Amino acid sequence: MPTAPRTAPLPGRRPRPHRGGRWGEHGLAWAFLLPSLVVFILFIGYPLGRTVYLSGHANDLFGAPSRYVGTKHYTDLLGSADFGRTLGTTALFTLLTVVPGVFGALVLVLLLENRIRGVRLLRSAFALPFAFSVASASVVFAVFFNPASGVLNGLLSHVGLGPVGWLTDSRYALVSVAVTTIWMNLGYNVLVLSAGIGSIPGEIVEAARIDGASGLRLARSITVPMLGPNLFFLTVVSTVHALQSFGQIHILTKGGPDGATRTLVYSVYEKAFAYNSSDFGMASAQAVVLLVVVLACTAVQFGVLERKVHYA
Amino acid sequence: MTTVVSETEAARPRTRVLAGRSPRDLLGRAAVYLLLAVAVVTVAFPVYYAIAGAFMDPSELSSYPPALVPHSVTGRNFAGAVDTIPLARQYANSAITATAITLAQLFTSILAAYAFVFLPLKARAVVFGVFLATLMVPWEAIIIPNYLTLSDWGLGNTYFGLVLPFLASGFGTFMLRQSFRQLPGELRDAARIDGAGHWRFLWRIVVPLNKPALAALSIYVFLSAWNQYFWPLIITRTANMQTLQIGLTSLRDSEMADPGLILAGVVLSLLPTLALVVFGQRFIVRGLTAGAVR
Repeated sequence: MPTAPRTAPLPGRRPRPHRGGRWGEHGLAWAFLLPSLVVFILFIGYPLGRTVYLSGHANDLFGAPSRYVGTKHYTDLLGSADFGRTLGTTALFTLLTVVPGVFGALVLVLLLENRIRGVRLLRSAFALPFAFSVASASVVFAVFFNPASGVLNGLLSHVGLGPVGWLTDSRYALVSVAVTTIWMNLGYNVLVLSAGIGSIPGEIVEAARIDGASGLRLARSITVPMLGPNLFFLTVVSTVHALQSFGQIHILTKGGPDGATRTLVYSVYEKAFAYNSSDFGMASAQAVVLLVVVLACTAVQFGVLERKVHYA
Repeated sequence: MTTVVSETEAARPRTRVLAGRSPRDLLGRAAVYLLLAVAVVTVAFPVYYAIAGAFMDPSELSSYPPALVPHSVTGRNFAGAVDTIPLARQYANSAITATAITLAQLFTSILAAYAFVFLPLKARAVVFGVFLATLMVPWEAIIIPNYLTLSDWGLGNTYFGLVLPFLASGFGTFMLRQSFRQLPGELRDAARIDGAGHWRFLWRIVVPLNKPALAALSIYVFLSAWNQYFWPLIITRTANMQTLQIGLTSLRDSEMADPGLILAGVVLSLLPTLALVVFGQRFIVRGLTAGAVR
C-alpha cells in the first residue's frame, strides 16, 4: 500500500537523525551503553587482569599477595601429577556428559518425530528436568545414590546385587556425577533440538516421506543433517557448561573420593575457598588455565562450525 | 498396538502408504513406543520420586527396600525442613536476588540494545565486540577477584554482594538487539515526525513492540539467577543471607540428612521454576535458541 503524499521514505539508508544534533545523539548512545560497560569493566575486565596478576604472586595465610613469583605457579602445575590428574578428570567428565547428553536428546526428539500420539505431553515430560537447578537435581540424586537407604541400591538388592558405593567408590563416583549432570541438562537439550526440528520446513519432510523415506532413513538423510547447526550449538554450549560444572560436584562428592571427581573448577574452589585455604595465587593460576581451556574449546568449535555453515 | 496404528492412519490418509502395514513396520512402531516409554519413566522418575518422597513418612523413606509409593501422605517433612533451615528467609533471599537481577538486566540490556540499533555510534563494531567478548569469559575463572572486590567493599554477605556483578549482560543485549532490529526503520522516522525523542520512542514504541523477546529474556535471567550456586555459596556466610539453593545443600549436609526433609526442600524450591517452565515454555525456547541463529 503506497503512502504517496507523505514524505516518501528515502531509499537505502535511513535519514540521518538530527534531533539534538549529532553530538547529542552520540552522547546519548554512550549514556545508554554506560551502565552495561561499567558492570563489564568492574566485574569482568578488571577481574581478568587481577586473576593474571594474582597468579604471578605468592600470598600470605590470609590470601593477600605477598611477593612476585613470576611463572612459578604455572611451572609447579606443569610438574604436578595431581594437576595432571585434575585435567584428565575434567576431560573425562566433559566427554561423559556431552556425548551421551547430546546424543540421548537427539534420539529422544527423533523418536518423538514418528507421529506419536501425545507428542506434546511427552515433550513436556522430557523438558521437566529444566525446572531443576543444579542444587535441587544434585540433592535429589544424592538421595538416590545413598548407599543404605537409596532407591538405586534398593532396586539392585531386588536382583541380588550388593550395595554399590555410587559416590564413595572411586570407580563409580565420576560416572554418578556425570549421570546427574546428563539428567539435569536433558530438558535444555530436548528443548533446543525440538525447536530445531520445528523449524525444518515441513515440505522437505513431506517430500521425503512421499519418496518413501521413513524412520531411520528419514532421520539419517533429512532430519539429522538439517539439525546440524542446532546440534553444533548444543555441543558448544554443553562443552562449556561441562567445563564449568561446580554445584553437582560440590554437593555430591566434594571432589572425592580421594580426588576422583576433582575437576579444574573444583580445584580452583578448593584452593581458594575450601578449608580456609585462601591460596589465591595457586587458585588463580588454575583459573587462568580454565580460561584458556574454555576459550580454546570455544574457538576450535566455532572454527569447525563456520566450515559447517559454509557447506550447508 | 495395531489399533493405535490403524487409527492414526485413518486420521491421516496421506501417510497410509508410509506407516505401512507390514509386520516389520508394526514391529518398528512398537519399538519406538517401547523406547519412548522407557525414556519417559527414566527421565520423569526423579521428578516423581522427589514429590512422592516429600510426602512420605520418614520410616517409609528409610525402609529397605525403599517404598516407591507413599502409603499415607504426611506434611511432616515440610515442617521439618522449615525447622532445620530458615526456609522462608532463604526463599525471600532468592526471590529478592533473582528479581533484582532480572529487572536490572532488562533495564541495562534494553538501553544498550537501543544504542546499538537506533543511535549513531562511531566505534559500534568495537563496542559490540566487547559485549560479545563478555559472553566468552567463564565466570568461574574470574570469581576470585570478584570475591575479593566485593569483600573489600564490605559487601560480603549482603544483597548487594549477591546482585552487583550481574546487573548487566552481553547475552541480554545481544538478544534484544536481534529483536529490535526487526522493527521497520520507518517507525523511528514516523515517531520523530510526531515529535517523539529517543527516550519516548524507546519506552512507548520499542519496548511494547518487543514484549515476546523481553518476556523470553526475563524468564531466562530469572531462572539462571534463581538457580545460581557458586557465587551465593562463597559470598554469603550466614544462613540468613543464603539463598534457597545453598539452603538445600545445608539440608543435605545437616546432622540428620533426612531424605524426606531434603525432598520437601526441593519441592518447595521447585515451585517458581516449575511454574515458569510450564507456563513460559514457548518463551523459554525462544530465549534458548536466540544464540543458535546468529
